[in-house]
Amino acid sequence: MSETRTLVSPHTLGTRRGRTVYWTVFTTVFVTFTFVFVFPLYWMVTGAMKSPDELADIPPSVFPHSFDLSGFREAWRQLDLGKYMWNTTLYAFGAWLFTLGVDVTAAYALSKLRPLLGRAILGMMLATLMIPPMVILLPAYLTVKDLPLLHVNLLNTPWAIWLPAAANGFNIFLLKRFFDSIPTELLDAAEVDGASPARILWSIVLPVSRPILGVVSIFTVVNVWRDFVWPLLVLPDTDRKTISVAISSLAVQVPQNVLIGSLVIASVPTIVVFFVFQRHIMAGLTAGGLKG
Amino acid sequence: MRRNLTAYGFLCGALICFAFFSWYPIVREVLLSFQQTNFVGDATWVGLDNFRTVVEDPVFVDAWVNTAIFTVLALVIGYVVPFAIAIVLNELKHARGYLRFVVYLPVMLPPAVAVLLFKWFYDPGPGLFNQILGFFQLPGLSWLDSTDTALVSLVLVSTWMNLGSGTLIYLAALQTIPGELYEAAELDGAGLFRRIRHITIPQTKLILLVMLLLQVIATMQVFIEPFLLTGGGPEDATVTVAYLMYQYAFNFTNFGGGGALGFMLMLVLMVFSVIYLRVSREEAR
Repeated sequence: MSETRTLVSPHTLGTRRGRTVYWTVFTTVFVTFTFVFVFPLYWMVTGAMKSPDELADIPPSVFPHSFDLSGFREAWRQLDLGKYMWNTTLYAFGAWLFTLGVDVTAAYALSKLRPLLGRAILGMMLATLMIPPMVILLPAYLTVKDLPLLHVNLLNTPWAIWLPAAANGFNIFLLKRFFDSIPTELLDAAEVDGASPARILWSIVLPVSRPILGVVSIFTVVNVWRDFVWPLLVLPDTDRKTISVAISSLAVQVPQNVLIGSLVIASVPTIVVFFVFQRHIMAGLTAGGLKG
Repeated sequence: MRRNLTAYGFLCGALICFAFFSWYPIVREVLLSFQQTNFVGDATWVGLDNFRTVVEDPVFVDAWVNTAIFTVLALVIGYVVPFAIAIVLNELKHARGYLRFVVYLPVMLPPAVAVLLFKWFYDPGPGLFNQILGFFQLPGLSWLDSTDTALVSLVLVSTWMNLGSGTLIYLAALQTIPGELYEAAELDGAGLFRRIRHITIPQTKLILLVMLLLQVIATMQVFIEPFLLTGGGPEDATVTVAYLMYQYAFNFTNFGGGGALGFMLMLVLMVFSVIYLRVSREEAR
């Protein structure tokens, strides 16, 4: 990594006093960060290994008395976490499929085919970004409960997660901006050769759009996994709940160590995604601008 | 013509999704606040009755005050701290990957998990926080159970789980500041804090403003923290506007009242949204 000049000059850092200050600050930051951001997670994981009696100990044990995994096992069994994991995976996967299918084609049409009224449609899609999701929670719920014109009830069906996930102005914005940067000459040449718009999208646009597709995919999946209030409302049936909603509604019925075990299990998927796609997530966070 | 048809073929999925789940609910939110419905017969127009009901509700003022306090507290802690952290992180040459990873780790937890985890930490008896206070010979607090500390406790969870994204965004902004500016300032004899004030902050002014607005918009919608931690208590000390809206709809089955609250929240947040759009357009330039 090339070192650019920052707030403190390399010269100052090179002096004896500079080095002392640097290492003091570094150690403080390192210890504080570990304590504030990692230690709570350590406490969570070890908490699941303690018995309810040990959890009530004052002062608490820093290391669990025994390496006991039964808290996790009981959480999986008593709370039926496998089912909720599967539900959430299904919702996330479908939302991903719909988001890509719907938003990619729309952004492509708006960016490259430029139909009549395209700008107005884009404007209306981006305008939804000004309406925070919480304020349309009730009407959105009523819509899903009784779809206008069709009079279908989508409550307790995966569609209640999948379809609204695709109505995402931010994805349209990201994708369209990326497609805009693809040179038109490339597409024109293909069109002269007789390729249909669908063919051009599939064989030329999509292959060069991998980075942005990656960002959109990760954020869609992670958002479904993290979402709470929407699945709480539209999937009230116990058998249909997402893992976050299931754990929070069953929390009172189980011993504390089992509850903590379930919290650990519920956080594993997103943490794993973060480990694997760390660079994409951080790039999406900063490059894609900002999400409210 | 053919091009238009194909284009609309590509667009139709998105148009349907947006129409049903975004555009129509926005319109319906406004209608909802002026209607009363029992979902059996047709909805009736009731003028401003819903607004009158919620405004006369004694909790109404509490909800707005709590939301405002929550937002301000979240700003004081959650806005200044990430920027300060980013400035320090940008100077450190060691363990960069680890520190960036760790600060973003809580953001990746599902919010319900983070909130339930803190519920356990807040336990006045064997909970982690009082045990840490006890370790330093400090008296324990009653956290969620006291009207004095409940709202602050919610802000703490919220800050802990959201701090990372702000930090990383500021960090990216700091890395775009040209090093020559600092060099020149130093030659002119500007000390550390003057360099922060006259270079770092002006150079990141727009992103700071954008983040300020985004954070206000995000925190004013606070729901999951009171929903899972306190249920609005004790003595309505943590009822927020979004939570009251939820209660109206699902506990009192008064969607009109909930709609009125949602409409008011929408108007307030749209003011911030419009400013945000103006600012971010300027930034893009």
